Amino acid sequence: MSALVELRDVVKHFPVSRSLGEIVRGRHPAVRALDGVSLEIGASDAVAVVGESGCGKTTLGRLMLKLTEPSAGAITFDGTALGGLSGASLRAFRRQAQLVFQNPFDALNPRFTIYRAVAEPLLNAGIPRAEHADRVAQAFRRVHLPDLERYLDRYPHQLSGGQLQRVVLARALVLAPRFLVADEPVSMLDVSVRAGILALLREVRDDMGLTAVYISHDLALVRYLCERTVVMYLGTMVEDGPTAEIVRNPRHPYTRALVAAVPVPDADQARAPLPIAGNVPDAREPPSGCRFRDRCPHAFARCAEEAPALRETADGHRVACHLDN
Amino acid sequence: MMPRPLLAVEDLQIHYATRDGTVRAVDGATFAVPEGRIVGLVGESGCGKTTAVRAIMGVLAENGRRAGGRVCFRDRPIDAGSTRALLWREIAYVPQSAMSSLDPVYTVGAQIEEVLRKRGGASRAAAKARAAELFELVGLSDRRLVDYPHQFSGGMRQRAAIAMALALEPSLLLADEPVTALDVIVQRQILDMLRTLQQRLKLSMVMVTHDISVVAYLCDEVVVMYAGQVVESGPVREVLGRPRHPYTMGLRNAFPDLLSDAMALVPIHGGPPDLRETLTGCRFAPRCPFVQPACTAGALAADVTDDHLTTCRRSAEADTLRTAALDPGTWQRV
Amino acid sequence: MAERAEERGVIPAQLAARRSWRLPPIVQRLLTMPLRDPFAFVGIVIYLLFLLVAVFADRLATTDPTEILFLSTGKVAANMPPGAEYPLGTTNLGRDIYAQLVHGTESALAVGLSAALIVALVGTVVGLVAGYFGGWIDALLMRIADMALSLPFLPFVIVLIGFLGPDTSNVVLAVVLLLWPNSARVIRSQVLSLRERSYVEAARVTGASQARILFVHIAPNILPLSFVYAAIAIGWAIITEASVSFLGFGDPDNVSWGMMLQDAFASQALSRGQYAWFVPPGVCIILVVVAGFFISRGYEEVFMPRLRR
Repeated sequence: MSALVELRDVVKHFPVSRSLGEIVRGRHPAVRALDGVSLEIGASDAVAVVGESGCGKTTLGRLMLKLTEPSAGAITFDGTALGGLSGASLRAFRRQAQLVFQNPFDALNPRFTIYRAVAEPLLNAGIPRAEHADRVAQAFRRVHLPDLERYLDRYPHQLSGGQLQRVVLARALVLAPRFLVADEPVSMLDVSVRAGILALLREVRDDMGLTAVYISHDLALVRYLCERTVVMYLGTMVEDGPTAEIVRNPRHPYTRALVAAVPVPDADQARAPLPIAGNVPDAREPPSGCRFRDRCPHAFARCAEEAPALRETADGHRVACHLDN
Repeated sequence: MMPRPLLAVEDLQIHYATRDGTVRAVDGATFAVPEGRIVGLVGESGCGKTTAVRAIMGVLAENGRRAGGRVCFRDRPIDAGSTRALLWREIAYVPQSAMSSLDPVYTVGAQIEEVLRKRGGASRAAAKARAAELFELVGLSDRRLVDYPHQFSGGMRQRAAIAMALALEPSLLLADEPVTALDVIVQRQILDMLRTLQQRLKLSMVMVTHDISVVAYLCDEVVVMYAGQVVESGPVREVLGRPRHPYTMGLRNAFPDLLSDAMALVPIHGGPPDLRETLTGCRFAPRCPFVQPACTAGALAADVTDDHLTTCRRSAEADTLRTAALDPGTWQRV
Repeated sequence: MAERAEERGVIPAQLAARRSWRLPPIVQRLLTMPLRDPFAFVGIVIYLLFLLVAVFADRLATTDPTEILFLSTGKVAANMPPGAEYPLGTTNLGRDIYAQLVHGTESALAVGLSAALIVALVGTVVGLVAGYFGGWIDALLMRIADMALSLPFLPFVIVLIGFLGPDTSNVVLAVVLLLWPNSARVIRSQVLSLRERSYVEAARVTGASQARILFVHIAPNILPLSFVYAAIAIGWAIITEASVSFLGFGDPDNVSWGMMLQDAFASQALSRGQYAWFVPPGVCIILVVVAGFFISRGYEEVFMPRLRR
């Protein structure tokens, strides 16, 4: 199985405005959103990217869709470097890679009818207008919006969050893409609606053989969607492996904290105390060595000196921690 | 024996006047907050939970009005006017987005001190000392008092908002989705802190949330709301462990569980009813897999067994329904 | 398979039927706005009245406003009081004041509307480009805007006219040069926030071109702002033209309200009690300017309800 999406040593820094002192000293402070991420996503794989806000997971998704450019490193899609795409080749890429947004209330142009919103990708891809209605209808069936007649002439504000997220998904699927990134696709939805969207995401992925990346802060959600999970902390990958393995047997201390913090709807279940304290440090000045060390209960001298590399500990399970060495 | 209720809400009715008619956002809600307990008010968006809390606070939107019912604090009925006198000293509020309660142009410390001095009549020095004490209480360094809200992370801002709410030692804390916008680890830290504070300060709390895991983790009692009404309430272990209303059963099923092996998430199909219309019978009936013809007719009757209240007509069969509700196929048929 | 074929046939046909031509909702709202806001309604009515007067000026006033009138005795018909023949009397040089007032409407509206159109157009385009592309383009355009904003209004107009000559189109040019930065800056800041909206990002992901994102997804959302600034510019342009004419820098061949005021002032009409000479043009200027602000206020209320508080 070959990789459809490949990231090699990808770095993304966002420059921040400098203070006078920093200008005088010739310093260039930057938010280090991603610092050396290498990742291969095989065709038809579903990978979850999990971490707290500020860990770089959203930036990672945007980079894979060429919505922003890396500061260093290379990203390839189906063997082609994203950096070199422009004009016709970029449009060809746009037809194959799509995005589902976190906030369905903001993801649709309020001035567009639902039909126009879902047909927009077809228009942009230069598909003859005669085919639009047919393909929109097909996309609607795929996302289980029955009696599409009811929706097509409506405007986004007339639909509920769950319906909107289905429309957003229909728009993403209308071009029959190969690659889908979903950024927190259910976090803005009511619990009773979430389950339906999650089930739908799994269904379309299976039916269409999509390669998918799901970005979330909640391990419990991605377990329903992905066989593989990548855990990120402050711009670096700390753990990567089969989801079931990561949930049951987390190796990195940060992943253990994430598992311990997962919401449980059961009052009888005794909850393990949170193994870490404190906040995510400032991404402009991350700690030396291992970025997690100042919150890690097991940190020792080496953690401050040397950043741990991702090392394979078991079949397909990689961890970046000096303890695991 | 139930402790004496600190706050009692009886048959509360809140109506909003809109261009398209009157929205009965809360339509006969009854619940109580016993002294020293944390009560979770849970339901989906639009179920009236936030409106109910805002009505208790006396801060309804301009087009909203209390159309009926009573709110009693320490056995005394209160309305919008008399609540104002109780705010901060007796009843305090923690909003969902702390950014909206903190003014971006003043330091966080200055805002807390202002509450202490204007509302509490403290001297400048006393206010300063108390602000530092409050920051320590919520796990923030007192050096951060001189920072502005935008310099805080989401979790720290929420801590600061809680510190501010606690400034005048209220006995009742109303928290509206205080952890919803936060990451799981920060969420957990805030919930742990709230639990510690509640025990140390003997607080009573109303926790408005759509997330039953928050209720499961933190609350003693839970009130489940649907379409402006209370459909089930009681002790958390009882209600979440042995739900007697199909809506609660559905909510429980729809929640992803990291540790259970059941890989099926079961959505509740359809959506809540339009609250502008006159509704009769059980409002969940159109989405309920166990609906019977009698459900849609007549007024609801609450069935209370061992402090566990439900408005479901079939609550006597709750054990059977609960088993059936576990089968995803049950919910598909509606 | 048959069922599928039927679906394929039926649904597109229904869809096609539903795609019938209809006004986009933004245009609908622009057109129906005056009905919802009484102030805007009054403003629109005032404009319509002036527009009718301007269109039918030649029929409403048959006398040439620049013609010097003579009495049957052969004397110049100077300083005639209002009467049947000259509803507002005549000037000290024997010109029909009523005719001047009616024809002044033409020039006032021509100046106002052309300035408004150009201000809205320039401001919108500059705001869109600066806000959307950012970087050095934004920096350059905004610095130019800052410079334009720092110019003193009337002295700049007078100097410009001194250089380019007393022509009405130069008054329009001056107003445009001075007013575009206001609308450009507000529109730019609006574009900056719209650019971050998910649906704009969605348009990028689905392969929309830059032009399409800018003009189809972003521009319609700032159109109401363009209208507000256009309505404000009408008033400013008319005031400016009147001020310039009143100060004697106006186009001498053009009859305008400002020129009427200047003539009345210069010939000391007040001391002769010729109120009918200078009150009507003053009232007209006030009416047109106020109507412009009423309309802009109405658009603000309808399209930006958050500004109301």
